[in-house]
Amino acid sequence: MTDVVVTGIGVVAPNGWGVAEYWDATLAGRSGLGPLTRFDSTGYRAHVAGEVNFTPEEHLPGRLLPQTDHMTRLALVAAEEALADAGADPTTMPDFSAGVVTAASAGGFEFGQKELQALWSKGPAYVSAYQSFAWFYPVNTGQISIRHGMRGPGSALVAEQAGGLDALAKARRHVREGTALMLAGAVDGSLCPWSWLCLSRSGTVSPRRDPQRAFLPFDADASGGVPGEGGALLVLETPDGAAERGQHRHYGRIAGYAATFDPRPGSGRPPGLRRAIDTALADAGIGPSDVDVVFADASGVAEQDRAEAEVLGAVFGPRGVPVTAPKTMTGRLLAGGAPLDVAAALLSLRDGVIPPSVHIGRPAHPDLDLVRDRPRPARLGSALVLARGHGGFNSALVLTS
Amino acid sequence: MAEFTLDDLIAALKEAAGADEGVAHDDILDVPFADLGYDSLALFNTLNTIERERGITLPDETVVEATTPRMLLDAVNLGLATAG
Repeated sequence: MTDVVVTGIGVVAPNGWGVAEYWDATLAGRSGLGPLTRFDSTGYRAHVAGEVNFTPEEHLPGRLLPQTDHMTRLALVAAEEALADAGADPTTMPDFSAGVVTAASAGGFEFGQKELQALWSKGPAYVSAYQSFAWFYPVNTGQISIRHGMRGPGSALVAEQAGGLDALAKARRHVREGTALMLAGAVDGSLCPWSWLCLSRSGTVSPRRDPQRAFLPFDADASGGVPGEGGALLVLETPDGAAERGQHRHYGRIAGYAATFDPRPGSGRPPGLRRAIDTALADAGIGPSDVDVVFADASGVAEQDRAEAEVLGAVFGPRGVPVTAPKTMTGRLLAGGAPLDVAAALLSLRDGVIPPSVHIGRPAHPDLDLVRDRPRPARLGSALVLARGHGGFNSALVLTS
Repeated sequence: MAEFTLDDLIAALKEAAGADEGVAHDDILDVPFADLGYDSLALFNTLNTIERERGITLPDETVVEATTPRMLLDAVNLGLATAG
């Protein structure tokens, strides 16, 4: 199969703006979680979030502001960084030779909420015509495609947290089928009251108010996840294609991928995560002993953590592979979380260091070799990134250097 | 009722569809909206804002027929005169 490599990365995360700041913070164990400031969380069941606050006027053209949700603005910033990092300008490439695949969970939820508020409090004349698309799941793909002239394959995938890996895999397929360059991944989030209500009633979000105690995956005190916003977008090409336009450096290969769906609850059959890992490793042509680090899904819901720890134990053996969850510093970013983990994994391969998980004081699974508090230097040739989406989605992605 | 001026239009465009430095001069009067970077949705939103603020209703065709700022100013001022 044709090699597909990552030649550019763009990141917006609660603990770092841009790849360099995010990676510095992540290696230093600096968390971006804090009390929710976007609105008053009194009366809601959750109070801690991973926010990305910025002044959009300083980063985007005025034309784009009335028609974009906060998370779309973040996605546009990440897209620009990723393309610049790859040294690619799709507007100078042949038409239809560059495309975009993003993952989404709820689209521009906050935009939609504001327009509904305007409708009911002021009347129909106050509803923006941009509501027609600004709330829509594929909106980030569309806006990125228009802004950068990427008129090749364009799509959006929705599988909650797992969708971000699915988007990267779909982009890999487009590159293998001949599209010269794909931008893929996800930037997501919706820290508005309407969304917060839905998230905080899902049963998977921590009710704790202390940002250092709220999100403790694989910990005996796990109490759920913390929602955040942000994510990563990556540029995918063949090594030859990249070299042809003068780009000889890359971060690593998207070597393997698989997605599975859990059986219906009560069926007695095992969840699909194990099958996703086995199939992704087979797709990469490597075995469990070749995997040097795992970026866990790390839901923070005790029962889901146990399921993930058991699968990792079964595949890799007790303490058979270092496992980390840098998302303890960002929260769970809906569709954006897994691509951010992929970015972190690629930077790990580059620098020979595994970023830590933070705040985990009482590990609940002794068989799990969890990298905690401090980065761990390691010779890394490959990484496995896992993501599970609410409702039964499992995806696994293998990266090699 | 007060005349609808180019400044008023620029303010409405800015509110409804966003603006950059490029859209601030008299010499845009006859430049097609498409060349100024405003698509039909941007104009739809802008007309909505103008109608709301001026308390008038313009014909639906205005959004496709008024292709330059001058044509849109004329359409709005005609609407104001008719309403006045």
